[in-house]
Amino acid sequence: MNNRRAITSHAIPFWRDERFLKALVQAIFLLALALILGYFIRNMLTNLRQQGLGLGFDFLRLTAGFDIGEHLIPYNRSHTYLQAFAVGLLNTALVSGLGIILATLLGVIFGVAQLSGNFLVRSAARGYIELLRNLPLLVLLIFLYSTVFVQFPRVREAIILPGPVYLTNRGVAIPWGTPTATFPLYLQFLGAALILALLLALGLSWYGKRSGRPPLTFFWSMLTFLLVAAAGWLLLPAPPLEANLPSVQGLRLAGGLQLSPEFMALLSGLSIYTSAFIADVVRAGIQSVSRGQVEAAKSLGLTGFQTLRLVVFPQALRVIIPPLTSQYLNLTKNSSLAVAIGYPELFHVSGTVLNQSGRAVEVIALVMAVYLSISLLTSALMNLYNRRVRLVER
Amino acid sequence: MSRKLSTLFILLIISTLVIAGCRPSAPATAPAGGAQAQPVVETVEVVRTVVVTVEVPVPGEATAATPQVKIEVAQAPGFGDTLKAVQARGNLICGVNGQLPGFSFLDPQGNFSGFDADFCRALAAAIFGDPSKVEFRATTTQERFTVLQTGEIDVLIRNTTWTLVRDTELGLNFTATTFYDGQGIMVPKDSGIAALQDLEGGTICVQKGTTTELNLADVMATEGISYTPAVFDDVNATYGAYAEGRCDAVTSDKSQLSSVAKGLLPDPDNHVILDVTLSKEPLGPVVRHGDDQWLDIVKWTIFATFAAEEYGISSANVDEIRSSTENPEIKRLLGLEGDLGAKLGLSNDFAYNIIKLVGNYGEIYDRSLGEGTPTFIPRGLNSLYTNGGLLYSPPFR
Repeated sequence: MNNRRAITSHAIPFWRDERFLKALVQAIFLLALALILGYFIRNMLTNLRQQGLGLGFDFLRLTAGFDIGEHLIPYNRSHTYLQAFAVGLLNTALVSGLGIILATLLGVIFGVAQLSGNFLVRSAARGYIELLRNLPLLVLLIFLYSTVFVQFPRVREAIILPGPVYLTNRGVAIPWGTPTATFPLYLQFLGAALILALLLALGLSWYGKRSGRPPLTFFWSMLTFLLVAAAGWLLLPAPPLEANLPSVQGLRLAGGLQLSPEFMALLSGLSIYTSAFIADVVRAGIQSVSRGQVEAAKSLGLTGFQTLRLVVFPQALRVIIPPLTSQYLNLTKNSSLAVAIGYPELFHVSGTVLNQSGRAVEVIALVMAVYLSISLLTSALMNLYNRRVRLVER
Repeated sequence: MSRKLSTLFILLIISTLVIAGCRPSAPATAPAGGAQAQPVVETVEVVRTVVVTVEVPVPGEATAATPQVKIEVAQAPGFGDTLKAVQARGNLICGVNGQLPGFSFLDPQGNFSGFDADFCRALAAAIFGDPSKVEFRATTTQERFTVLQTGEIDVLIRNTTWTLVRDTELGLNFTATTFYDGQGIMVPKDSGIAALQDLEGGTICVQKGTTTELNLADVMATEGISYTPAVFDDVNATYGAYAEGRCDAVTSDKSQLSSVAKGLLPDPDNHVILDVTLSKEPLGPVVRHGDDQWLDIVKWTIFATFAAEEYGISSANVDEIRSSTENPEIKRLLGLEGDLGAKLGLSNDFAYNIIKLVGNYGEIYDRSLGEGTPTFIPRGLNSLYTNGGLLYSPPFR
């Protein structure tokens, strides 16, 4: 037997060896790909040269010369194109990060509501999901912007919600805290509180494992954190944050945290649109847990919430995480649709940079590279988390 | 495995682009076989090569006393290509704004009408003798230069401001200014804003990728006024947001402000353009670098409309003047004398066609922006130099 195999493998010439052929096909494919790519890039470079245009990223160090309405880092017209890009990138990160949190919350609520025993709740959730899943996001964004957020009354006739929250066509203003002189000190206090809470959580879970009677680890550590934080607030000579309430001054809003209509439209549009998809992902995940598991949990005497928390969700997460990752990526990438409503995120700013610098190829390549990096990074983090929750096979 | 591979490919593409982008900025390498201690080679773009052929008489054989010197002008690559392509295609592709009443706007009949659109027609009349052979292409501020650079349009006549960067780095040539404009600020009448300083802390709507966006930032920085720009993609979005009260003010070229106020806003009488001018905005047609013949054609088409107004030639009287004139300047302009048109690669009566079929500058102006129109703008700087304006045509000879 062994002998014969040895003979046959010797007898096959390399051009009929499957392993060699596979490698060869791959090599040819790679070569063809490189040639095609090379051709396109050469073509582009030749065309650029013919028009006397250079290619290079040096222009990023030039003065941008334009202002951006919303910026998280200091920025004005005398900063560089690179800093303008950074402003756009941070705005993208802000709206995507907040959007992911909101979309997840909404999505989980509607996902669970879809499985509710109550007919009204179930059909309302179903209706919400069907409506949003079947609308183009761009339409939703423009609808929210031009028929909701810009249609709020003028500043003088602002709608004032308790808080006070001002709704106007210049944006939404909510109360906010302004850091005072004692704020850095308070941050240290918060850090200490966090460390204390973590230590307590570790101790409690160690005790739970030893005694077999798990205490409410999360509850106690959270309580500790809140107590220490509150004590810190009272102990400091002056409160670390000063209430900054919005108000109307003349024709404009003043104070508080002011959120532009563009930002609000984009954030709400992205969150509710993506939440519909997340809701279906969550529903599918919960339904993938077999009925027997729930029945077993009930027969053990677990309450409904405990069943959900201890039995259903840990198993459902395995199914939920991979499609959830792609929804998060979609949300981040979809934020580039802000270009239609004028929120200065990365793609919007890069459009201005492109137009003012005339560097189409470089700017587009840079934007693609940035979105690619964001997506790969998000996906890497989610893969890491997925590895933790997935079924450990023995 | 396959996912990793595709990621790898995407990374490959991006990094190739990035590397390709970085290459030219590296110091110029010495040519192959060159000595190590070579001075830095400056890349010189050869735009026009003058080939001088000198036939030196060979001693003994020669009988001619003087050497013959022939000078021929070798043109840069691309010379004449645009005209050839346009003639082969049978129409002119003209990039316009398309959303700006008075300049280029779809009229109820579905035709592009306006000041800029008429210059497209004048160009078609010069090339084909038929002003209808124009394909209008509406472009946004953001894409306008890219479509011109890549050759999707032949000429951009889209209220575009002439600046140094656009003239050089963007690979474009500005031909001649057809409209001298300045940037203004429009506010609602009831806002109580009367000067730039009243806008402190306010929001100003502005269109993306324009010189007005830059000028606004410049002026506000100089004056030390803090403001928030709200930047939108096109004319409709910008003025739509302004009309909804999203901004305290909107800024653009004064011509655009007045044409929009009268043509697009629901309540034209409730808006006022402040008495400040933020910048100079010379607007005119733009062409690509590399085809000087095409640049000349567009330039002299415009000059022909200036000259016609200067000599009092209009579409109504051009035939009469043509048959009766004794003025050599007019004779050259109308192609009765000389071969000015042929020098541009056009027919000799190109200016006659422009005047006959489209009109002189004054006629084009009055048709779209004149007193009888809803988008009336006083001529101001856009009068002939003889009337205190800036329009001045170089001589046709």
